[in-house]
Amino acid sequence: MPLVAFCIIALVAVGSALGLVLRRNPIHGALFLVVNLGSIAALYLMLGAEFLAAAQIIIYAGAIMVLFVFAIMVLIPGKAETGPDPRRALRLWALPVGGVLFVLVGVRVLIPRAAPAAGSAIAPGGIEAIGRLLFTDYLFPFELTSVLLLAAMVGVLLLARRRA
Amino acid sequence: MVPESYYLALSALLFAIGTVGVIVRRNPLVIFMSIELMLNAVNLSFVAFGHRLGSHDGQVMVFFVMAVAAAEVAVGLAIIVAIFRLRRRLSIDDLSLLKW
Repeated sequence: MPLVAFCIIALVAVGSALGLVLRRNPIHGALFLVVNLGSIAALYLMLGAEFLAAAQIIIYAGAIMVLFVFAIMVLIPGKAETGPDPRRALRLWALPVGGVLFVLVGVRVLIPRAAPAAGSAIAPGGIEAIGRLLFTDYLFPFELTSVLLLAAMVGVLLLARRRA
Repeated sequence: MVPESYYLALSALLFAIGTVGVIVRRNPLVIFMSIELMLNAVNLSFVAFGHRLGSHDGQVMVFFVMAVAAAEVAVGLAIIVAIFRLRRRLSIDDLSLLKW
């Protein structure tokens, strides 16, 4: 039964990823990406990461994609990708390269090696365990992330300022 | 019980699709969205490995990746909008000043 659910969600994820990459209209691509992010959140739920599933919906689908949609709406008069592609032959090499990349990565992660003994598959604790890790083992990256977000905010404000 | 290798195979497939999207598309916004797709594929493999090893470290890594991705999207979109507000064509091929 979980296998059936996984297959359905995986099909939705791959289909929406292909929709993002193949659609001409960037708004359609953005909507397909929202579907993809939702299916990834469903996969997080299947893997026992409830906090991450909620954070994925709130942050990725709810904030980042809204930013993307705003940017696409601002830039639509630019007429994206009109005209024939002057480098079409070179770009079509991406398809076999993508296939080779998939094979290389797939072989690398799927060959069973002497794995460390898998701990209890679903470690208990959920968000409390994540919070505990964030404030003990990962405290330094946590503080650095806050500095990074501050720097990003200042940078965006600087870039968005109108040159008087 | 779904074996973790299925999640990893799906992650590899999404990563490859994102890579093809970055290379083939000419609209910089769609390229950026394909980069987000690649980041999500890697997040999925982080969570799958964390689930397999029974630790929450994978989820903490994804937490940081999400924070960095949010900052990256904000700055990247500001740059793209700042550049392309001046021009009327929206093609990545126009940005070739740094080409050797």
